Amino acid sequence: MTPAIVLAAVLAAALVIYALLGGADYGGGIWSLLASGPRHERQRELVESAIGPIWEANHVWLIVALVLLFVGFPGAFARFAIIERIPLVVLVLGIVLRGSAFAFLGASVDHDVAQRRWGRVFAAGSALAPFALGLVAGSVAAGGAPFYGIFPVACGFFTVALFAYLAAAYLLVEAPADLEDDFRRRALVSAVAVFVLAFIVLALSPRAAPLVRVGLTRSPWTWPLQLATAAAALTAFYAVARARYRLARAAAAVQVALIVGGWAAALYPWILPGVVTVQRAAAPRLTLVLVLGALGIGALFLLPALYLLFRTFKGARPFSPVDRPAA
Amino acid sequence: MTNLAWARQLMGISLVFHIVFAAAGVAMPLLLVLAEHRWRRTGDPWWLEIARRWAKGVAVLFAIGAVSGTVISFELGLLWPGFMEVAGPVIGFPFALEGFAFFGEAIFLGLYLYGRDKLSPRVHFASAVGIAVAGAASAFMITLVNVWMNSPTGFRLLAGRRVADVDPVMAMFSPGWGQEVLHVILSCYMAVGLAVAGIHAFALLREPSSAFHRRALGLALAVGGVATLLQPFSGDLSARFVARNEPVKLAAMEALFATRPGAPLRIGGIPDVEERAVAGALVVPGALSLLAFGDSRATVQGLDAAPRSAWPNVLLTHLFFDLMVICGLVALAVAAVGAGLAWRVRGTPTQRWYLHLLAWTSPLAFVALEAGWMVTELGRQPWALRGVMRTAEAVTPVTGLAALFAGFSAVYVILGTSVGVLIWREVHATLRPSARPRVKEAHA
Repeated sequence: MTPAIVLAAVLAAALVIYALLGGADYGGGIWSLLASGPRHERQRELVESAIGPIWEANHVWLIVALVLLFVGFPGAFARFAIIERIPLVVLVLGIVLRGSAFAFLGASVDHDVAQRRWGRVFAAGSALAPFALGLVAGSVAAGGAPFYGIFPVACGFFTVALFAYLAAAYLLVEAPADLEDDFRRRALVSAVAVFVLAFIVLALSPRAAPLVRVGLTRSPWTWPLQLATAAAALTAFYAVARARYRLARAAAAVQVALIVGGWAAALYPWILPGVVTVQRAAAPRLTLVLVLGALGIGALFLLPALYLLFRTFKGARPFSPVDRPAA
Repeated sequence: MTNLAWARQLMGISLVFHIVFAAAGVAMPLLLVLAEHRWRRTGDPWWLEIARRWAKGVAVLFAIGAVSGTVISFELGLLWPGFMEVAGPVIGFPFALEGFAFFGEAIFLGLYLYGRDKLSPRVHFASAVGIAVAGAASAFMITLVNVWMNSPTGFRLLAGRRVADVDPVMAMFSPGWGQEVLHVILSCYMAVGLAVAGIHAFALLREPSSAFHRRALGLALAVGGVATLLQPFSGDLSARFVARNEPVKLAAMEALFATRPGAPLRIGGIPDVEERAVAGALVVPGALSLLAFGDSRATVQGLDAAPRSAWPNVLLTHLFFDLMVICGLVALAVAAVGAGLAWRVRGTPTQRWYLHLLAWTSPLAFVALEAGWMVTELGRQPWALRGVMRTAEAVTPVTGLAALFAGFSAVYVILGTSVGVLIWREVHATLRPSARPRVKEAHA
């Protein structure tokens, strides 16, 4: 258990948390893009109020991951930025458009033309960024393959569906009664899309990503991981159908965590498959130890503050999977 | 234009854009804390209104700062992979700390902006303090990285960009960290404080009876003014440090071609690198030696002490330096006059001539801030890591940067314009007669 492996695990964890928090923010924006029906305005309002206080904090997990990559695995960071430069530029563009549009949206006078325009930019950016993330993830797994190959593109669509699904599951917990049906339908439809796209990605992976094929289909923990993911998915599906939304949210989160975590774990021992391994890319030991120490101390201060943030805006039991019947 | 030139341009424009919002992220929280404090202390509902309206601007400024900062994180890897390979293990630690400070900022910002009605007054106020502290901390950390670039320590460079004997803590506190951190942090409070004061001065000219704008002006001018009055001392410290430790940069800043005792100060003028002369400058004999070393006969190193290939762009470095100093001195004069007037009336100066002066000159502090960064970055060229790695060695092999430059420039123009329009609209909204403080929603 070298410091390099520990830091790589922390990096993976940061990406998982980014998917669970930031990913859901993007998903919310996707539902804003796809808002429809008589309640489309209310749907958008729900998304905006859900994201409002937390989106900046959620976005920071990406920065954390990026910084850990840069500090801990500097050679890999530089190569990564060069190999994946085009989807990364798209990602950054999506992030910039989404974030700034959302800020302008919040600052605009209600219902004026500017708000409409920024709302559309916010929604478009929210769909673009996850797609680009998927392109990057797929391209990296495929050993730096061109981002426009079928495998990375499939990963792109998969990521969009995954984040939309996650957001729908989260929003159900917060949705007012009149929007419940809308988002339940969205959750179920996107769950099916996730299932189909996951199947496609898995089917493509042996040929497209041979270096991680072992991780994805052959290693001893593969089948337990796949089973756990399937179990979480089925639980979420069932829970949504039965209106047990906190359970659904938790199960969807577990499912997404297993998928993203599984992708990261499948890369090991590579950090950039076909390019460099975790051990070879690692910074000197002292640097790694200092950063891990700083992470520990930082977590001590920041995690409680983060909990306070969620507690303040998401209610008394922000992460609880237990549905209590309405009084 | 070469790849290197495009990479520089792209990085440059991204930093020029980002720093405005980063400075706001450092200084605005202090203004908010002070406004909140005044509100709690005096119960005067205008202070609550000021905090609310400033918070509205802060939300947008922070968001743009966050996303433009993300762009820079990517650009560091995309444009300067050679630099990152060395920088990562050596100076990555303060980068990580900056990331954590930013995390704190984002959390406290969410709590502060949206939690007024949900949190207890104490916790809400504490979250404002949290943003201010975290903001200053992240500025501190990121400046340490720049300090290291100017005076690299804490490692040994081997062949193939590998590093050995890495001492991250030593690298973090490379020579000159104190003076540069002080100068940068003061510059944030100075530029933002004066800019906000200028906006309220402009509004007060339109609506002289506005209690809102008078108080807001007073507070912003106090913060900006104090920072401005301290900045020349900090600038002096920095100049003395640069004279000792980065003589080539000083020589470029002052367009001093020949090493000599009793070196003159040259204000303005166009340096001619071929002729090694400066045309049209205002020359003050012995002043450079005096300022740099405290002795008008001291020897100051000129550019001739370094090979021609190691010279920065003398024209740009010199002109940006003079721009910074001139803008800084104007701001100093305005702050000093303001301090005098404030002392006389025991309150906020509201004389129309002064409000005009303040409104017109207030953006100059930001010009000084940008010019200062140009000086330190341009003055370090051709080095990315002074004495260790040239910018040309650090640059990416990737091509097509011109398109990226065009694309991001367009984005920055759009975002910058939108921010400007938003602030304009907000200020206008306060000039309508119906701009009353919302006392009902206030709670002590």
